[in-house]
Amino acid sequence: MNAFVSRCAARQNTWKRIMSENIRGLIVAHSSLAAGMTEAVRQIAGLEDDVLQPLSNEGKGPAGLISAVTEAVGDAPVVIFTDLSSGSCAFAARKIAIDRPQTGIVCGVNLPVLLDFVFHRDLPLPELVDRLVDKGRVGICGTCAEEDSRVDRALSG
Amino acid sequence: MSIVLFRVDERLIHGQVVVGWVERLHVDRIIVVDDEIAASEWEKELYCLGVPPEADAMFVTVATARQDFASWMEQSRRLVVLVRSVETLSRLAEGGLLNGQTVNLGGIHHAPGRERFLPYLFLSDDELKELERLVAAGVTIAARDLPGSRSVPLGSLRP
Repeated sequence: MNAFVSRCAARQNTWKRIMSENIRGLIVAHSSLAAGMTEAVRQIAGLEDDVLQPLSNEGKGPAGLISAVTEAVGDAPVVIFTDLSSGSCAFAARKIAIDRPQTGIVCGVNLPVLLDFVFHRDLPLPELVDRLVDKGRVGICGTCAEEDSRVDRALSG
Repeated sequence: MSIVLFRVDERLIHGQVVVGWVERLHVDRIIVVDDEIAASEWEKELYCLGVPPEADAMFVTVATARQDFASWMEQSRRLVVLVRSVETLSRLAEGGLLNGQTVNLGGIHHAPGRERFLPYLFLSDDELKELERLVAAGVTIAARDLPGSRSVPLGSLRP
């Protein structure tokens, strides 16, 4: 192995070590939404196995969901992403966060939020959560062309 | 109409209730009847985070609910009353307080000793017997998770 390859390998190992100590993500959502979002992030950005984990609330009562989330987050710093801010997923996350340090919660998760998370897990948790909330808001936009203007364009085109 | 929905749901204020029922029924107030939550400020705060802006929420003990129930029936506000267990429902119904009322069974999930009756409804033998006793006393009880779902009368749950 030449010196260049060796340096690259060392750098890669350091990078992996740092990344493995970074904040992990858990998506808690209804039905199969969490699994679908995780897979979408995997396809777009690539993912290490433990970066983002999906969890469905399906078939789980409040106690069962809290137990499943507790088990999934382990001891590492984590951001828990939930779909609705008023749902059982968000409730479980908030209940766990009361006694668990290093727990951020982001409700109303969307794909821009998750993609940004993957690339900024090294930020301090409060800063990361604020950033993700902003990214989520910016990630939603919409247009609604009036029918008349479309007709006009069609005629002039 | 004052109480537009009386529901047993372990999760109390959550997505299905807020989006599925509260918004559709144009509810003004959600009343949670639960001794433990009524005594816990932080749990009340947690549940309030799930209340939509169009409505407010009250958390009362079973004793207070029994005392105030008649006045709830006369309110012009549109109310949803939530309890999270058959046991709480049963205490609230003591003395025939709920006779003539309609109770909706929402999410009661799997737990040791409970049997599955619907995808969202698991009941122990004691819970089912207590519900049947309430029906015999004059309470109408049916399971339905969402407004658009089929209503399943308690009497048809047993195979």
